[in-house]
Amino acid sequence: MTTEATRAPESMPAVLAEGLVKRFGTTEALRGVDLSVERATVLGVLGPNGAGKTTAVRILTTLLRPDGGRAFIDGIDVVADPRRARARIGLTGQYAAVDERLTGLENLEHVGRLFHQRRKDARGRAGELLERFDLSDAADRAASTYSGGMRRRLDIAMSLIGRPSVLFLDEPTTGLDPRSRLAMWDLIEELVAAGTTTLLTTQYLDEADRLAHDIAVIDHGLVIERGTPTELKSRVGGEQIVVLAARASDAPRVMEGLAHFACGEPHVEDGGTKIVVPVQQVHGLVPQAVRQLDELGVEVEDVGVRESSLDDVFFALTGRGLEADEDADDEATDDVKVAS
Amino acid sequence: MTATPLPLTDAIADPPSGPSWLLRDSWTEATRHLRALPRNPELLVFAVLQPIMFVVLFVYVFGGSISVPGYSNYKQFVIPGIFAQTVLFGSIYTGLGIAEDLSKGFIDRLRSLPMYPSAYLIGRTMSDVVRNAISFAVMLGVAFIIGFRFEGSLAEAAVATLLLFLFAYAFSWIQAYTGLVAGSAEAVNSIAFLWMFVATFISSAFVSPENMPDWLQPIAEHNPVTYVTDASRALYNGRDAGSDPWIALAWAIGITVVFATLSVRKYRSTTSH
Repeated sequence: MTTEATRAPESMPAVLAEGLVKRFGTTEALRGVDLSVERATVLGVLGPNGAGKTTAVRILTTLLRPDGGRAFIDGIDVVADPRRARARIGLTGQYAAVDERLTGLENLEHVGRLFHQRRKDARGRAGELLERFDLSDAADRAASTYSGGMRRRLDIAMSLIGRPSVLFLDEPTTGLDPRSRLAMWDLIEELVAAGTTTLLTTQYLDEADRLAHDIAVIDHGLVIERGTPTELKSRVGGEQIVVLAARASDAPRVMEGLAHFACGEPHVEDGGTKIVVPVQQVHGLVPQAVRQLDELGVEVEDVGVRESSLDDVFFALTGRGLEADEDADDEATDDVKVAS
Repeated sequence: MTATPLPLTDAIADPPSGPSWLLRDSWTEATRHLRALPRNPELLVFAVLQPIMFVVLFVYVFGGSISVPGYSNYKQFVIPGIFAQTVLFGSIYTGLGIAEDLSKGFIDRLRSLPMYPSAYLIGRTMSDVVRNAISFAVMLGVAFIIGFRFEGSLAEAAVATLLLFLFAYAFSWIQAYTGLVAGSAEAVNSIAFLWMFVATFISSAFVSPENMPDWLQPIAEHNPVTYVTDASRALYNGRDAGSDPWIALAWAIGITVVFATLSVRKYRSTTSH
């Protein structure tokens, strides 16, 4: 046993992964991923579809065995001691994993019983969670009658019934409508405020920005950047000035003229007429930019601002957009079913 | 929503272990399905209607045209065969349920819990025995109404019934494995019906293998379904079953051991999508 594994849990991060490697056939889903989550903080694992986020979560939650590297939950090796690790985690996967035939209360009690809680304790805790997740009125209804948002809430409640040390949320808002999405954010923020250690995967920069203390950007099975949301945005630019030039040939002049506002590399989109300049803080910059463009004598159709997206993060970090990647092998890596 | 903090990181005990906890986890899982059983009336109706349909179909539709050596009354011959067929076909629900748990991500949830992994499969197969028993009880009632009788002792009939259930249990492990490998209810349906039809129709369940073509006879005679059917048929009719019960028992144990091992191994590495 390694030194890390025998150290007291308190001296270790709640989640620690070192050099995780996972292959599916010839596809390398993870190529040496290091992650750590400090107690009572949220790590946002940000990346496009197929980057390896789900694979990493599945290794950390003992569902998959890594081909290389090590992972610990509270200092417990997830490969060597999966059952002990499982007693400390709660997992909410991409699908609301509830038994639709059972009521909300029964679903919760069931999971509590599988955490080896006494019947009375499981029931009490289930009632507490139903109350907290605003499901008390629906407690005795079959989960099949629940809306998408209610199922998600029940799903997360089921992940919490065992009082886990670490909560894993794998794309908790993917597939939710905007209103349920906001409600889910409120809920997660509340859990975080109460001190739940959480590892959250997401495809959305705004989600990671709002919920996470630390962000790890993952792409093609590697962590390509990590830091706090502020650090990440200072590297990438939290916002952008977007200039629509009348002629593509003006683009280099626009980029040069606005370069001193930029906190990162400006780039062009849409065949060269749209110039995107990442900035820290857009406040007061637009009038300045317009004046600057006037002085340069560039014919401009529009000047606007937009918030940086995951796309922009990727552009800044890798020099390429996301769209170009979305081919078949991406789907294969995250969404693979393991044969044997 | 209230804002009371949830104490999340209480001292977390290691999960208890030992055979009694394996049984307890299995029972917890079995109750998940047993609770749901009365809530799915279609399933229950199907489990009850299908055997009635088969009894009526075979006894009244085919009965007049089929003669079997050794039995003057086809009813006494075919009803044990229908029992065998029904409990075997009933095993498909194991596969369907597991495929559904898999496709809906429920297996991911369970696999991340500190329960015994095999408890999921044991709980599932055990609860399916209960459903099969309901189905069997209805079928037995219908059989009695149309004139089927135990011609041996009650003890013999009990042994015959027990053998059928052990066999059905063994088959539910084949279905469990199918469900884990196939991963969707549709796939389980296609795979399972294919082999279940072959296994029950190329057997002694409905006709005597002696009436089959020469090349088919050895297959039918060595089919495990034939052993269990012949054994329970002889016992229900108070005749000498010879070594058939033992051979049937050996098959049931063999299939259970092989497919339970395969299924548990498969389960431990299975994830949804």
